[in-house]
Amino acid sequence: MAKTLFEKIWDAHKVDEIDGRSLIYIDRHMVHEVTSPQAFDGLRINKRKVRRPDLTFATMDHNVPTTNRSLPIVDQISATQIKTLEKNCQEFGIPLFGLDSPYQGIVHVIGPELGITLPGTTIVCGDSHTSTHGAFGAFALGIGTSDVEHVLATQCLVLDKPKTFEIKVNGKRKNTHAITAKDIILSIIKKIGTAGGNGTVLEYRGQAISDLSMDERMTMCNMSIEGGARAGLVAPDQKTFDYLKNRKYTPKNYDDLVENWKNTLKTDDGSKFDKSFTIDASQIIPQVSWGTNPAMTTDVTESVPEPAEFARGDSSQETAAKNALQYMDLKSGTPITDIKIDRVFIGSCTNARLQDLVEAASVIQGRKASPNVRVMVVPGSQQVKKKAEEMGLDKIFKDANFEWRESGCSMCLGMNPDILSRGERCASTSNRNFEGRQGAGGRTHLVSPIMAAAAAIAGHFVDVREWV
Amino acid sequence: MDKLTQVSSIVTPLDRPNVDTDQIVPKQFLKLVQRTGFGQFLFHDWRFDQNNTPKKEFVLNDSKYSGSHILVSGDNFGCGSSREHAAWAIKDYGFDVVIAPSFADIFYNNCFKNGILPISLHRDMVYDLMKTTDIVNVDLASQTIRYGSKSIHFDIDESRKKTLLEGLDDIAITLQRESKITLFEKAHAL
Repeated sequence: MAKTLFEKIWDAHKVDEIDGRSLIYIDRHMVHEVTSPQAFDGLRINKRKVRRPDLTFATMDHNVPTTNRSLPIVDQISATQIKTLEKNCQEFGIPLFGLDSPYQGIVHVIGPELGITLPGTTIVCGDSHTSTHGAFGAFALGIGTSDVEHVLATQCLVLDKPKTFEIKVNGKRKNTHAITAKDIILSIIKKIGTAGGNGTVLEYRGQAISDLSMDERMTMCNMSIEGGARAGLVAPDQKTFDYLKNRKYTPKNYDDLVENWKNTLKTDDGSKFDKSFTIDASQIIPQVSWGTNPAMTTDVTESVPEPAEFARGDSSQETAAKNALQYMDLKSGTPITDIKIDRVFIGSCTNARLQDLVEAASVIQGRKASPNVRVMVVPGSQQVKKKAEEMGLDKIFKDANFEWRESGCSMCLGMNPDILSRGERCASTSNRNFEGRQGAGGRTHLVSPIMAAAAAIAGHFVDVREWV
Repeated sequence: MDKLTQVSSIVTPLDRPNVDTDQIVPKQFLKLVQRTGFGQFLFHDWRFDQNNTPKKEFVLNDSKYSGSHILVSGDNFGCGSSREHAAWAIKDYGFDVVIAPSFADIFYNNCFKNGILPISLHRDMVYDLMKTTDIVNVDLASQTIRYGSKSIHFDIDESRKKTLLEGLDDIAITLQRESKITLFEKAHAL
């Protein structure tokens, strides 16, 4: 019977059934400091071991400072969480890419970078953006702390089989610099809504997806969760196989594996998806979010919408849009390009890989950040930082008065000192514009790295198609 | 895990769609390394102003809802992060049941790990529940919600129902499959 890629991965990992639910084997487990302490505690209380420390990888990213690493961590509670992870990794024998490691970084940036992420595998992490790893044709999903404990103890998860949702992105982007993977995924979420993917695994398909680089596919899969999906994936192709070759943890028999994957890891012709959505890439232009969830997004050429127009007859959505405009301090009818910003954040597991930084740097050479705008560039990992510096990107950023910082999650969620002040407005390359996400009272507009960089120069949003 | 069989109380109506985990427990409170003590931070930025004074207009600060164990809210409740701190905060505050037209997947799953019953109902029923001042009785065994003269049936997966009714440790259940996991590993090494 014809099967989708997701169904193949699911079937290949089913160990057993428990009361009608499936026991799924987990190939790789990524761990970070915020969602793991209670899981390790649970193991200790119940005198359980980590079943496969060799398949478990830890790093610290959520609350690490992005300033000078040789200084002590000022926030004592953050310091405790970081220390706790160090102790837990030592006690349970788990490899840790700590603050002093050349491989430290955002968990979803370092997984692929180190070849931990592999096609056809199951990957979990106590973080919703684990969906990022789906870019390599893996079934990768975020889990809560109790499930982190479950995987540590059993290397398995009890799951209900998600439904399948085909996201077809046909055609070609009109300007591959100005119109990015971020604009494609925001355009999709804008249409399907924040709950559109609930209970499903998305498979991104079509010409525009094949055209994307691996960094760009990661941006797409990363934001699957913002459309409510359990996971998102892209069938692996030659780009995928080339990316993972000769990485630190790439298996020794990699070439043999690739030969096998080429034949098996794809959705069979004639497979049926439970749901399907199609979008034409040639119609997509740069996107800017105006509200307090990622579906509250519009084209850069548009204006802030009327709540009723956004809600299309749904009264609770209309109230939500009114609340959002109040929180964001925006008026309906204001052109997006008239919105002035105070801060810019270029970073996060969505958009802090090398290509993101290259694109951002491409529009600022010889220019300076607007004097009223503070700009932070936070590379996704130490490896990204190193490569960017080898290319001289750090110099371009610094010359434009952009801050060049150490790797971590930083102002995507503001668990470290990198936060917005109350009322500050930020163009951010991250994934969530929820109230208070980047700091209590802070206002977030989601954009691509190149749109963020251009906004930093202009002091307000601009249609970057006019620049490149 | 504690068992959950029946809950009776008035409901707390939180009429918003897309209540996200950043609102349920803002990230500045995620740094505890235990599972307890998060209730005080539940909906923190909606409950308190900049000076930490309770905001009168927010529903949790209305004394008529104190002692409520049932939270009723809008579509896609619990969207956003995977942080189980959201479920811990809800339970620690005193809610045992959350009723909404729909839930985000990870949050929904996290509820069952923490003795919280998430119930998804038709929107009209949810909004009717938000309006009632009657005591609402939720009975898991019979999958019934009763209030006033009304009796509503709700759906729940049998296995998840058993987990809550019996307060099961699902890691122990999986560990009973140890030999099958080992066999799978041998055939599947990657």
